[in-house]
Amino acid sequence: MPRPGFVLEVDRSTPPLLFHHGEWFRLHKLPSGARAIYAPEPLDGLDDVDGAIRDALLHPLDADPLPALLHPGMKLTIAFDDISLPLPQMRRPDIRQRVIEAVLDLAADAGVDDVELIAALALHRRMTEAELRRAVGDRVYDAFAPRGRLYNHDAEDPEAMAFLGTTDQGEEVEISRRAAESDLLVYVNINLVAMDGGHKSVATGLASYRSLRHHHNVDTMRQSRSFMDQHRSELHSSNWRMGRLIAASGVKVFQIETNLNTDTFPAPFDFLQRREWEWSARDRMTFIAASKSVDRAPRRLARSIFQSLEAPYALTSIQAGEVEAVHKRTTEWVHKQQLVSVEGQTDVLLMGLPFLCPYNVNSVMNPILVACLGLGYFFNLYRGKPLVREGGVVIMGHPTTWEFHPVHHPSYIDFFEQVLADTTDLDEIQAKYEKSFAEDEWYRHLYRTSYAYHGVHPFYMWYWCAHALQHLGDVIVMGGDPRAVRRLGFRPASTLDDALEMATDVVGRHPSITYMHNPPMFISDVT
Amino acid sequence: MGFPWRAAATPRGVAPLPEKGRTGADFETAWARRLPARLARVLIVEGPMRGAVRGVANPERTGLDRLSDLDTKKAVIFAANHHSHVDAPLLITSVPEPWRHRLVVGAAADYFFATRFTGALSALAMGAIPIDRSRVNRRSGDLAADLLEDDWSILIFPEGGRSPDGWGQPFRGGAAYLSVRTGAPVVPIHLEGTVRIMGRGMNRPRPGRTLVTFGNPLFPQPGDDARSLGARIEHAVYRLADEAATDWWAASRRAARGETPMLTGPEGPSWRRAWALGDRKGRRRKASRSWPNLD
Repeated sequence: MPRPGFVLEVDRSTPPLLFHHGEWFRLHKLPSGARAIYAPEPLDGLDDVDGAIRDALLHPLDADPLPALLHPGMKLTIAFDDISLPLPQMRRPDIRQRVIEAVLDLAADAGVDDVELIAALALHRRMTEAELRRAVGDRVYDAFAPRGRLYNHDAEDPEAMAFLGTTDQGEEVEISRRAAESDLLVYVNINLVAMDGGHKSVATGLASYRSLRHHHNVDTMRQSRSFMDQHRSELHSSNWRMGRLIAASGVKVFQIETNLNTDTFPAPFDFLQRREWEWSARDRMTFIAASKSVDRAPRRLARSIFQSLEAPYALTSIQAGEVEAVHKRTTEWVHKQQLVSVEGQTDVLLMGLPFLCPYNVNSVMNPILVACLGLGYFFNLYRGKPLVREGGVVIMGHPTTWEFHPVHHPSYIDFFEQVLADTTDLDEIQAKYEKSFAEDEWYRHLYRTSYAYHGVHPFYMWYWCAHALQHLGDVIVMGGDPRAVRRLGFRPASTLDDALEMATDVVGRHPSITYMHNPPMFISDVT
Repeated sequence: MGFPWRAAATPRGVAPLPEKGRTGADFETAWARRLPARLARVLIVEGPMRGAVRGVANPERTGLDRLSDLDTKKAVIFAANHHSHVDAPLLITSVPEPWRHRLVVGAAADYFFATRFTGALSALAMGAIPIDRSRVNRRSGDLAADLLEDDWSILIFPEGGRSPDGWGQPFRGGAAYLSVRTGAPVVPIHLEGTVRIMGRGMNRPRPGRTLVTFGNPLFPQPGDDARSLGARIEHAVYRLADEAATDWWAASRRAARGETPMLTGPEGPSWRRAWALGDRKGRRRKASRSWPNLD
């Protein structure tokens, strides 16, 4: 029986605790009186995955069984989440492959011929053949891709986009034409955090800049408190309005959402997600040996080793049918896996940031993504109130090197060198620079034909930090490249002690300190 | 020196004891599953056998992800179509861990175990166990079932022998019988291309490319008997063959329409079957000269 998460009161007997620090980890001794929040242990996976998938398709929520929606001569489109999920990539077979094969089996039984599959990547980079094969499996890839029936969504192809209308809040809704004109759109999702899924799947995943700018902007992000709490997130409200408009315009969506547990690291590194005092002698030796090796290994090698890790995630739940009914059930399962009750806010919040975020799979974690991961994702992993009080300090541990992937993140380089060198002010950046990056022909070309994130994407990453930047008194990066950290507008610190000392400038002497112990990830339910 | 230094001859008029068979289905293979022989086999399989298979058959292996839900501590029955002597080494090197090194191969007792030398060689190198294909032999079935219950996986060619003409043969019920009896899942496998490498009648391998496609495991269902499960296994292999020839989606649609092509080929005279085979067999013989070479 997996144990629930808990809050550890640190005292003199508490061992140094594990912090993510880029491609490896650090052990830090926390001062007595600090708190460390531990995530619930991974839930047990389902024994009969294929049976559960089939059951979900045959007994959907608030919708007809999938076979009843399939008929000869129809146009069927299957869209699926892109490379940004799950993190790290899961051990083969990917859950998307298993679900898509089950859907296609039913489509074959029903005599459906016209089927297309779309990687719903919005303004993310295109997936490579190897990445698509990993997501949908070789069988599906070989059957569809060579005939052009499995492809990446292209939000900049005017012919491939369909404008569906405007919501009562003036939000324009434009999604993939193929999806919009299909008799049935099946969306296959992976829910790793509460933010994923629901109407966001189609309204964001298959949309264009014209649509996305209505909710991916500074104001919306500031009013999303948090992204992980759908009912208090303006980002979600906007997506829900768009999703309802999509449904009202006749697009029939059959949503399939999957919940994975938080079993993040494969053996022999599985101990990294266990509590430090439960590590065996072997685990400790493995940690020491790996630490020494990673410290001496070239950065590129360490990165490629960590990027090739395959998480042994297990499916805990799958539900299909009407979007909102499905997402309600999915969110319950996310909370069942990830929610930890925490009493009271803190003055200083500590977090160790890993080597990976949704936007650097098989790529480089550049400083903008470090900011986004810490202030966009980790900071927002709360329900109720932020874990850190207003005016408090966040201390993030990450190397934060001045390094970019030139193929994947070309616009990030210019954003970092040109925009952040000018200002870090969100409103000013949005007003002054966003349009020129979003409509830049070269970025557009790279997004469509190479493997580059869209020109506007670094802006979105920066906006992702909006709520945190408005809320916090200071942000300190521990162990980061001082130049890169300062460019972000944060303060660099060499050690945890230095960082805590620096934080007292803002929060006073003897602050309360809380550490988000990660991995695995969790959502704090702050009361 | 006479008796007792030497054995005494059987007196005339007394019926001699029946001689205990040491070849064929009676060949004793238990020694080949003990630790020293298993270690030797690991070296053989991962060394020369894998190298030879790579050089001769250049295999591409697909569908291994379909085995991801199987209990890795339990035995599995691997059932494949059979065209060539290359099939067994190809499959032994293709079966994934942890089954690969706790695997026995059902081999024709009358062929592989015809002499003690070939029997010992087969048992050591392939972990072969003798299967009597000429008649129903309780010993073969009991041995295979006991091994499955002892968590030894087994590789079986349900066609009972290599294809005589490049087309498949109807499946026999051995794999299904063992599955129903022991509850072990059957993994259907389709092999493509081995007939061109060393089909029946070829005495030298001709290097080529092969495709090994693993299918979804089949479990005996309540009410299943060897006949019904055998039919499912056979159909599963046919579907994998269709998948290998076209793609998964086309094969799925054809299967849904009940139009999966059989591997046994058309009925009719042998020339018609050979004609329908097209270039699938791909066997090209050197043209033999009708007249002596006078150069």
